[in-house]
Amino acid sequence: MTYPVWDSQVAESILASLASDPGPVLISLQALQEHFGYVHSEAVALIASTFNVSRADVHGVLTFYHELRTTPAPEHQVHICAAEACQAMGARSLQSEVEGAVSAEVSKVYCLGNCALAPAAVVDGKLIGRATLAKIVEELK
Amino acid sequence: MKIFVPNDSAARSIGADAIAVAITAEAAKRGVAIELVRNGTRGALWLETLVEVEVGGERIAYGPTTADDVASLFDAKFYEGGSHPLSLGATEKIEWFAKQDRVTFSRVGVNSPLDLEGYISLGGYAGLKKALSLSADAVVQEVLDSGLRGRGGAGFPAGIKWKTVLGAQADQKYVCCNADEGDSGTFADRILMEADPFTLIEGMTIAGTAVGATIGYIYIRSEYPDAIAAMQGAITVATCAGYLGKNICGSGNDFDLHVRVGAGSYVCGEETAMLESIEGKRGVIRSKPPLPALAGLFGKPTIINNVLTLASVPAILADGAAAYAARGVGRSLGTQIFQLAGNIKRGGIVETGFGITLDALINGFGGGTFTGKPLRAIQIGGPLGAYFGVEKLDVSMDYESLIAAGGMLGHGGVVLFDESVNLAEQAKFAMEFCSIESCGKCTPCRIGSTRGVETIVKIMSSRDAAEIAEQKSLLLDLCEVMRDGSLCAMGGLTPLPVKSALENFPSDFEGAAK
Repeated sequence: MTYPVWDSQVAESILASLASDPGPVLISLQALQEHFGYVHSEAVALIASTFNVSRADVHGVLTFYHELRTTPAPEHQVHICAAEACQAMGARSLQSEVEGAVSAEVSKVYCLGNCALAPAAVVDGKLIGRATLAKIVEELK
Repeated sequence: MKIFVPNDSAARSIGADAIAVAITAEAAKRGVAIELVRNGTRGALWLETLVEVEVGGERIAYGPTTADDVASLFDAKFYEGGSHPLSLGATEKIEWFAKQDRVTFSRVGVNSPLDLEGYISLGGYAGLKKALSLSADAVVQEVLDSGLRGRGGAGFPAGIKWKTVLGAQADQKYVCCNADEGDSGTFADRILMEADPFTLIEGMTIAGTAVGATIGYIYIRSEYPDAIAAMQGAITVATCAGYLGKNICGSGNDFDLHVRVGAGSYVCGEETAMLESIEGKRGVIRSKPPLPALAGLFGKPTIINNVLTLASVPAILADGAAAYAARGVGRSLGTQIFQLAGNIKRGGIVETGFGITLDALINGFGGGTFTGKPLRAIQIGGPLGAYFGVEKLDVSMDYESLIAAGGMLGHGGVVLFDESVNLAEQAKFAMEFCSIESCGKCTPCRIGSTRGVETIVKIMSSRDAAEIAEQKSLLLDLCEVMRDGSLCAMGGLTPLPVKSALENFPSDFEGAAK
């Protein structure tokens, strides 16, 4: 997936649309990540000044949640479920098979809610049930 | 004629979209007039992709199908109910469904998820109509009498929470639905939201109107993009039809519903961490008291219930508390939506009264392991649930019996493992998971989990019997500290899988192979 490059004016207008929310910090970070693919370093100060909270508060939220990222998103992302139901169906070996075999960022995720069709993976946002290396490679094409 | 192909994320994860495309193309090629309906899954995930056709008012099923089967299905005139090697007969009569008792899930998978008329034709909104005809006290009493307990894991009586919020005085109250279904082996929340979102909306609306809350939030984990889209779509449809917003159904009650999305944090499924997250903060848990029922979201009285709890309310109001409470056993009343997962042959949703045995669930419905190898371990209740061995297959699946057997029901997920599983590895994972997902507020959870991983690694790699015994005793001591000293269930229950693995599978904790 490709995202637009960071643009603080666009970021400001995204934040302005969230101004009426009673708890805007997390949804601001999410909205910026959705648009730009990651949270740019300038975003922390921008959110802090827009919503009159401290930069420490914003930084705290940014670093708490596993999904928020501070580096640009890669072109391809593969998430492989590493939780129990998928472990029972060989997720550990799938993880090591996929790592190195594909040119994508491969990371673990804990439960995709597809536990009856394990192992599960997500390739560029698409959920794969009964995942195999072959299915993941096919999806990346 | 109507042909149904599921559109939920599980069915699509194994190719339902390709089947829908192939059916449309094949029908056009052969000049067969069809109406393709994208329903949700009915929960028999082992039969996905389950294609259905409506013939003479009855639904006939075919499955599990792949796109490659489409041409032969047309050859067999499946659209007229024709016979085919994948024929399953009438959907309702498939034994796996017929043996269930679907109450909360009665509408799941029948219609297109956003078809409000279809929802109402299947008895939808009868519960809200009934609730609006009753006093607030009577609605809460009905929920109390039903015996409904929290389906998220804690099992706290829902009616008592509601009564507390009803009795609280405040200028604003909230209803928060916990849809942060992070437990491995559970997917009932997701399926309900994707396949029958109006039931959850109706349940939350009943809760809101009963206790005087005018704003509701559904906190859905980001790993569920399709559930988020289904709920947002259903909220829009319900609002346009007057079932949400100002003066719902002309009752004078207002109720607005918002979706909040998680950001990849397991601990945000803990109710107070969820409130923090909805408020836009770090998902750090709060100390209790005060109870969220008195000082919850933004400090206001708040009902917090799981998806399945709230989704059970419409049926309770529509059919009466007594009908619901007639199901189940002891203090576990009503039905439980079990989720069969992991290494299982026939995985999916099984809704039935509490009190079914584990054996009937995983061997009867589940058909044993997917790999066909001997079953070795069963984890019930998610990553904080106990590991049982096959000697516990007779246990009755209800809140009390599972606790008595050294486990817990949790969110009703049941994960099977065949003989290849190493329980020391699983115990290590339980600690590892806690160390990754701990919010960090209390020491036993934050530090204890890391020490737990180290201790289990020492046991697994040691060849010295004395050292192994010493580390095991340290591990048990650590488990006790975490259980008694942690602020919430994350640190407090991580010892459950660890200790149960140690107790039920001692041979896996004998150190490295000599």
